[in-house]
Amino acid sequence: MADLTTNFAGIKSPNPFWLASGPPTNTGYQVMNAFRAGWGGAVWKTLGVPIANVSSRYGAVSYKNNRIMGFNNIELITDRSLEVNIREMKEVKEKFPNHAVIASLMFETKEEWHDCIKKCEDVGVDGFELNFGCPHGMCERGMGSAVGQNPDVCEKITSWVMEKATKPVIVKLTPNITDITKAALAAQRGGANAVSLINTINSVTGIDLDRMEPRPIVDGLSTHGGYCGPAVKPIALNMVSEISNHPDFKLPISGIGGIETWQDAAEFILMGATSLQICTAVMHYGFKIVIELKEGLSNYLDSKEVKSITELSGKAARKVKKWEQLDLNYKVIAKINSDKCIGCQLCYIACEDGAHQSIAINPDSRIPIILKDKCVGCNLCSLVCPVEECITMTKIETGKGKLFWADHPANPINQKATASR
Amino acid sequence: MVHPSLTNKETTEDKFSKIKPLYNPNEAVIEASRCLFCHDAPCITACPTSIDIPMFIRQIMTKNTKGAAKTIFTQNILGKSCGDVCPTSVLCEGACVYHHLNEKPIEIGRLQAYATNDAIENNIKFFEKGETTNKKVAVIGGGPAGLACAHELTVLGHAVTVFDANEKAGGLNTYGVAPYKFSNKDSEKEVKYISNIGFEIKTSTKVITEGKSTDNKVLLSDLEKNYDAIFIGTGLGKTKSTGITGENLKGVYGATEFIYDLRKKEQRIDPGKSVVIIGGGNTGIDAAVESALLGAEVTMVYRRSENELNAYDFEVQHAREKGVKFLFLSSPVEIVGKDKVEGIKFIKNTIERTKSNTKSKPEIKPVTGTEFIINCDRVIIATGQEKQVNFLNGIQNLKLEAGKIVINKDFQTSNAKYFAGGDCINGGKEVVNAAADGRDAARGIHKFLMKGK
Repeated sequence: MADLTTNFAGIKSPNPFWLASGPPTNTGYQVMNAFRAGWGGAVWKTLGVPIANVSSRYGAVSYKNNRIMGFNNIELITDRSLEVNIREMKEVKEKFPNHAVIASLMFETKEEWHDCIKKCEDVGVDGFELNFGCPHGMCERGMGSAVGQNPDVCEKITSWVMEKATKPVIVKLTPNITDITKAALAAQRGGANAVSLINTINSVTGIDLDRMEPRPIVDGLSTHGGYCGPAVKPIALNMVSEISNHPDFKLPISGIGGIETWQDAAEFILMGATSLQICTAVMHYGFKIVIELKEGLSNYLDSKEVKSITELSGKAARKVKKWEQLDLNYKVIAKINSDKCIGCQLCYIACEDGAHQSIAINPDSRIPIILKDKCVGCNLCSLVCPVEECITMTKIETGKGKLFWADHPANPINQKATASR
Repeated sequence: MVHPSLTNKETTEDKFSKIKPLYNPNEAVIEASRCLFCHDAPCITACPTSIDIPMFIRQIMTKNTKGAAKTIFTQNILGKSCGDVCPTSVLCEGACVYHHLNEKPIEIGRLQAYATNDAIENNIKFFEKGETTNKKVAVIGGGPAGLACAHELTVLGHAVTVFDANEKAGGLNTYGVAPYKFSNKDSEKEVKYISNIGFEIKTSTKVITEGKSTDNKVLLSDLEKNYDAIFIGTGLGKTKSTGITGENLKGVYGATEFIYDLRKKEQRIDPGKSVVIIGGGNTGIDAAVESALLGAEVTMVYRRSENELNAYDFEVQHAREKGVKFLFLSSPVEIVGKDKVEGIKFIKNTIERTKSNTKSKPEIKPVTGTEFIINCDRVIIATGQEKQVNFLNGIQNLKLEAGKIVINKDFQTSNAKYFAGGDCINGGKEVVNAAADGRDAARGIHKFLMKGK
């Protein structure tokens, strides 16, 4: 069995699966239930200046009959007193000394930050996560994503925290920014020990068509919320890889964003994460999912003969390149396995109407025919095909060497060169 | 006498509750969301009325139930009864590509019933009477073919009168199909919904070929005088005689007549104690299941083996689930009894399959000395229905082949004024075939009436 024990920037936990800061980590009661269920760590619901929450807080996007493909919330940080939260953290640490309890914090003044850091460290928390990402409610007051979106402020507040904190500090980044590496590097300059990403994305989940009111509806009105859940994973994976691949960035990354299964977790690790944070999936299915997450990830590591998460981390991120670094002479074409084809012809109509007219109807059967000479290898047919492994993209040997955009005849630079010759 | 097991209406309804119950909206959306939306979908090809099935399912999925009903009714105004009574496992659902994935096919019939039910219950109109052509068409028979024809003709602007000999229109939907598929109330609502477009239905009005028109009879030659075209949708006739001794004994019924009586009395009939059904078709199965549901001990006896049964496999399975016993390779010899049925004598058969003729049914050879008697108090003969030859022969120049009306591609008969569709041209198929025929015959009639205009 692969070793799942984790040491993330000095924060130790029995496994890399942490509850992300949010409703599941609102109370000591929940966090202890989570640890009993098998979670490795928990990032406590953000502590901060007093707030109040609205009623009607979450919205969701369903796809066909699948509930919660995407999820959003307009809930703010904890609405319980600092004293209660600190007391409960203490209880959790006493009962679960080997599990990671990370305090998520969001304050305005240096004094407030320092005061809370001390209180948290006094009860034995294992680390801090700075909430520079919350996209609603707090940012209007100069906190949350207002910090994450401004690298200078991000660096400055991080440095305030580092003056006081003796435990590892993670800076949580907002995706509501053009270039996330700027914020990550600012956190690094400020002295942070790690970053976590992504926080939620600005969103309106949908509109009640009868009432013509956006969701979630608060007395006929709404406000933009933070989008999360399975739908955001591709955005998160890209951002994690951008940071992971940045030559100047050296800190560990905690991956967040739509993780629900062990496969999702493995993808984040391959993109450079070494710990994983999950919230929406728990809000949907409860703490029990961690059993599958751990076992599935462990089996995957075994199957790849990888002993630890660190060994796996970043293996795929290094394969994310700039477009011009891709070989233009690489060629795949679609191939239909006629034994598996069920004759739905979705590939035909997708290619015909939505792509490159490279699939023909077969007059003798329902199994379409790939027009090899016309197929550009776009993958669309294999993506719409409802049968696993029925349409595969097979590599064609072109006999040509690698060709990159810089040398491609269509590149205007080369055309000019040709013309001047 | 009502069977003791059936002392109140509630029980009847319980026993005859729908085998394909109406979906609730949530069930419908979940089922609809499974549909792959195939291109040139095989289910459409398999539907005799070519309903755009993936489209109406997509409309159900997006909660556009009204749009779904319109998609269905545009092709088949009997979409509701077809959803309920079609043998979908051999039609649309049988063609679903999910079979190739060993997955349950989409329940198209139930989805169709769901979408159309809403429109019927709320009387949502999708079609208007067409601009008048000043042409009049008589439709003989208010069954599925006649109703589909009358509706389409009305859309095309013709004035239509439907003549039906029965108390209620609907044909087999009212008097023939099993009530656990389509109830009297269902049929009544459907007929009302279809005829709401604005054609007249004269029920309890028999069309006769000889004699004089009266209040409840109308002479064919009068129809010819008063109408520009006539559609024949008369279906089939009474149960064919087997010719064996004892058929006239009390307690012997034809399957068609038994079901007619059952439907007319809304299942409140005496089913007998011990029933033998002779035959191997779907009508026999219906009579068997209905008798069993009413509390009778039922044995269905077929002269060939199970492999040769005409009934659909799913129907046979359903009958077995309801306690119907099957006996194969036995032919009836004589119905025995003094003045009422006491039993029926059979002889065992062997069958011989010839290699050269694999398609047609194997020959039967009775085995001498194997006669045996099954005691019973009722025999239901389900060996097929007669064609309406007597009536049809009363129409001039109407060409028949094996009792079936011969038509051209426009559903026109050898007598140019007459068109035909449904069981009287195909010898007995499904409601959906009749619906397709009626619709297409209306288009043929339109072409005929509007020639040169």
